[in-house]
Parts: sequence; structure tokens; C-alpha cells
Amino acid sequence: MAEITLNALAHSYADHPSKPEDYAIREMSHVWEQGGAFALLGPSGCGKSTLLNIISGLLKPSNGEVLFDGKRVNELKPEERNIAQVFQFPVVYDTMTVYDNLAFPLRNIGVPEHKVKSKVHEVAEILELSDQLKRKAKGLSADQKQKVSMGRGLVRDDVSAILFDEPLTVIDPQLKWKLRRKLKQIHEQFNITMVYVTHDQLEASTFADKIAVMYNGQIVQFGTPRELFEKPAHTFVGYFIGSPGMNFFEAQLDEQITFGEHVITTSDDMLARLKSMGSKKVTIGIRPEFVHVWDGKNDDAYQVEVDYVEDLGTYKILSFFFNGQLMKARLSEDQQVPSGQIYVSFPEQWTKVYVDEYLVDTDSLTLHSQTKDAQEAHNAN
Amino acid sequence: MQTKVENNKAWFLVMPVFLIVAFSAIIPLMTVVNYSVQDIFDPYTRYFVGTEWFKQVMLDSRLHEALLRQFIYSFTILAIEVPLGICVALMMPTKGRGASLALILVAIPLLIPWNVVGTIWQIFGRADIGLFGAFMAEIGVDYNYASNTTDAWLTVILMDVWHWTPLVALLCYSGLRAIPEVYYQAARIDQASRWAVFRHIQLPKLTNVLIIGVLLRFMDSFMIYTEPFVLTGGGPGSSTTFLSQSLVQQAIGQFDIGPAAAFSLVYFLIILLVCWVFYTTIMNMQKDK
Repeated sequence: MAEITLNALAHSYADHPSKPEDYAIREMSHVWEQGGAFALLGPSGCGKSTLLNIISGLLKPSNGEVLFDGKRVNELKPEERNIAQVFQFPVVYDTMTVYDNLAFPLRNIGVPEHKVKSKVHEVAEILELSDQLKRKAKGLSADQKQKVSMGRGLVRDDVSAILFDEPLTVIDPQLKWKLRRKLKQIHEQFNITMVYVTHDQLEASTFADKIAVMYNGQIVQFGTPRELFEKPAHTFVGYFIGSPGMNFFEAQLDEQITFGEHVITTSDDMLARLKSMGSKKVTIGIRPEFVHVWDGKNDDAYQVEVDYVEDLGTYKILSFFFNGQLMKARLSEDQQVPSGQIYVSFPEQWTKVYVDEYLVDTDSLTLHSQTKDAQEAHNAN
Repeated sequence: MQTKVENNKAWFLVMPVFLIVAFSAIIPLMTVVNYSVQDIFDPYTRYFVGTEWFKQVMLDSRLHEALLRQFIYSFTILAIEVPLGICVALMMPTKGRGASLALILVAIPLLIPWNVVGTIWQIFGRADIGLFGAFMAEIGVDYNYASNTTDAWLTVILMDVWHWTPLVALLCYSGLRAIPEVYYQAARIDQASRWAVFRHIQLPKLTNVLIIGVLLRFMDSFMIYTEPFVLTGGGPGSSTTFLSQSLVQQAIGQFDIGPAAAFSLVYFLIILLVCWVFYTTIMNMQKDK
């Protein structure tokens, strides 16, 4: 059991990396606390598996260091790091029985046979493999094989950490859910640091206490599922987490923030802060779940045009044009289905401002439905 | 609705295969069967003799000895070439120029014609002009494949190992390359020893290529003719006279076509039987119990 620290870590598969694009992992520092259940979430090719293989030692990082409990392990081979890793596709030792497969990691480190027996039976019990123990691993189905692979990761309870590399890809949905619960239970029981790589946000949030979202070889946010949802630190997090993803539109920053004819008023210090950042463009983001759709006319709301409504069974997704920008809102079940010109507003606490894709942390920004004209008229008074 | 056309056109489609098989296997084999049951004096004088040649062949002590030699020879070279081939394959580099170079070097013996191989070793082993023979003489070992039975056997086996281990090695090499990297990664995570990796990952995944390797090497070595013929001529005495050489002596040397044909058929059945035994044994070994 260990705390895993990544210190100024970077990795490139190229021999002579020169530009940032050459790096699969761009320089990052990160700490996985001891005993946590973490998910590493990101799209295919963002560097998740690379990062995992660096932690387990299968891959040597180009730069930076990996520390287990503060001790540098860069030079240690995987077999010396005492770490467990479960791969995306099942790996079983064909000629061995399920029992021998599960016993393999224990026997390799010389655990006495009576302890092997009790541990194997314990793990087999958890994974519901008890009645398969005497079978040859070769004849198992894909999901049973994957259970055996996972079992081999779980039999050693003294490991520094268990790394899962999309382990449930080959398993059918029903069992998937069950196994994820099992993993969570195992985690609670043994308190082993677990890092779970996935590209499925649901999988990540049901398994992990904290999720690291990876994008382009970098961890762009590390937080609880709730934090990722409510306060995405990066536009990618907003886009990737949630279904549908966050609405974004690019607003202009001059004396005020404007989006077409709409003025977005903010507190003075927020404006000052944005101005001091030197960027003329800011991105405004709001989640479809937080867009308020009014049933009737409302003077404080924006008038927008409905494009279409998707019925997803339990809820409906409304698509509308806000100043020419296609946006989505989630309608509650009992809400009437709007059409034509309707009124929406963006509650201030859920409206986020991004500069260069990163969140500008503020609670003071508000959107008003005032148009430029109205604002000017107001100023004139 | 279309009516079903009934004709015999399908025969034309089957015909090519039928002809090829007939000319490559059935007709030659039947010719041999034909010889084996007749006593032929000249093309116009022949008598049906039933199983007489078979009885004679089965009781011929010269053939018994040749058969025994043949089995000892084939199993010896298998026992050497298979493990050695696996070792060579495991040691061959997997990436870069080294890999290509190793492949070419290993494949060279396979490209040399049989009788040339025999000639090479014949000269190689000679005490007066051969590198190996002269070396042995130099260090004081009395080595002479032409007069000493043990030396003759040693040379014949060494020659086959040199010539054919590369085949096993190349087959295993291809088998090893087909093992996904993730198996090795998992084994490292499981802290498996080098031996455990070989025993539980590499060897099981090599089973299929090894079946091919063992069968090919068995069949080829069981029918070996040219190399020992060129090297030792079957001697000293008849100590390295293997089955096919006995057969040739009988069929062409003595022109005993009938007994030779009967012998050929028995020979053929033995190879078939042993191959079947090998195949079933290996297949059974890897079955799910």
C-alpha cells in the first residue's frame, strides 16, 4: 500500500521529442493518496494507459520521476515494485487451472501453500469463480477469463496499488455493474490504492472517490464526480463529463462581456481580472441541466428559438439557438414541450467563465437578459 | 418460381481436383500396390503371389535392423533439434537489423541441397583435409566416420542437426512473435520467473508450431536418404543404412520390385501411424481436462 507521486513526469514515444505534440504525457505532477479509489478518465489516445504503464514500471518515463511513499522507483522493474495491474484484454495462463492461475502471483513470491489456498478461495468467492477453480483456464469464456485476470490482481493484499486498465471492456453490461460494485467493496475491505482507467464517465463515477480527467497527455482536473460536474476546471471536462456535455459559447471581452447583442455583466473585479489576463475572448459555459426554461414570457430571460426536442424516455433534451449558437437544455419530465420562441435564463451560480480553455474561478459573474441597447438606455438614465 | 435444373455439370467442377489427386497420389500408390502382389520377371511374364512379398518383408532381419536404426535415428534428432530449435528461437533478436541478420544466418543451412550437405560434411569430417576431422586429429581424438560406427552415427546426427534445427528455430521464432506483449507484461506484474514465463506462456503458445515442426522433422528424417548416402554410403558395414537406403538397394540394386513394393507400403503405413500417434498425443495433452 502506498501513496503514488508523479513528479514532473513526461513521456514521449519518439526518440527525439521536440514539440509538445511529441509527448504522450506532457509534464505533470500528481499525487494519488494512499488508500484512495481513483479513476483516470479520458478519451482514447489521451495517454491514460501510458500513464498507468509508467506507474507499474512497464514503461520507463522520458522525464521526471515516480515515487512510492516518497521513494523513487524509476529504476525498479515492475516485478520489484510489488504492484498489480489488470489489462484491458484478459490474460490467463492457458495450461493452468483457474486455481493455479489465481495462485500464480502468490506462488511466485513464495507464499506458503495453505495461505495460497485460503487467499485463492477468498478471491474466487468474491468473483464468483469458486465452482470453476478446477477447470483449465483455456476453456473459459471471455468474461470469465477477465475475472481470472482481475483475480490475479486481487490475490496479493500487500501490493502497493492495483491498476486497472479498462478491465471491463470485454464484459457484458449486467456483469460489468456487478463487478464494479465488487471492486468497490474490495477497496473498502482492504483499503488498497486503486487506479482505474476508463473512458466511460459512468464507470469512473461509480467506482472512484476522485476522478482525474486526462486530455492531450495532461490531467486537466482532479476532483470528485460532483466537482467535475458542477465546476469543470477545463472546457474539455465540461464537454466530456455529462450527457449531453456542457454548452459553450465564445463571448467578446471589451469594456464588458458581450455575446452578440447580449451583454453579460460581471462584477468589476471580475472584469478587471479578465482584462488583466489580456485575452479578448472568453468562453462561457453552462450545463444543459442548469439552463432554466421558462414556461411563459419572461422579461428577465433571453428569448431564444427552439430547434428540436429529443425524447430520451426519462427526460427530454431541448435544442435551441441562442444568438445563432446551438445550445441544449435538459427538460424535466413534467415540463411542457416548448416550441417556437421561448425564454431561457442561465442561473448565475452555474454559469462558468473560461479563458484559454481553463476556468476563471468566480462566483461574481452574472448574466442578464439586458441587450446592449437596454444597457445603454440604462446608462443614459 | 424457377425450376430446379438437374444435370451432371458438377462433375466438371470436381474433375480438376480429382485428376490432380489421381496423378499425385492414387495412381503411383496403386502402381506400388500392383507390384507388391505380383512376381514380375519381365513386362510380359508376371504371376500373382498374394501376400507372399509382405510375409517375406516382415520376416527380413536386415529390414528389422534398418527399421530399428531408423527409429533410433529419428527420435535422436527430434530429441536434439526440438529443444535446440526452441533455444535458438528464444535467443534470436526480435527487433532491428539484428533480427533480419539472425533470420538470414539461421536460414542458410535450409537453402543448401541435400547432396551438397552430404558432401560438405564428408569433406568437413576428413582427417586429412577437413576442418573438423583435422581438428579432432590435432587434439588427439581418433575420429574416423568411415571406419568407426560411433563416429559415423555422430557425424550423421550432427549433420542433420546442423541442417534442420534452423527449421524448428524459424517455426518457433514465428510462434514466439505471435504472442501478444500483454502476456509478458502480465507475467512481470505477477512476478513470474524467466522459467515460469517460458513454461506457462511461451511453451503453450508454441504448441501448434511445434506439432508442425515435430511432424515435418519426423517424416523427413524417417525418409532420409541422400545425406547419409553421400556421407557414409550406409557404412561402415550397414551401420548407417536407413530404411530408404535399404529400399533403394532392394528395388534398384537387386531389382526385387515385388518385395520392394511391399516394403514401401509397410514403410508408408509406419510413417502414417507414427504421425497419427504424435498428433493425437500432442492434441490430447493440451485438451481442457
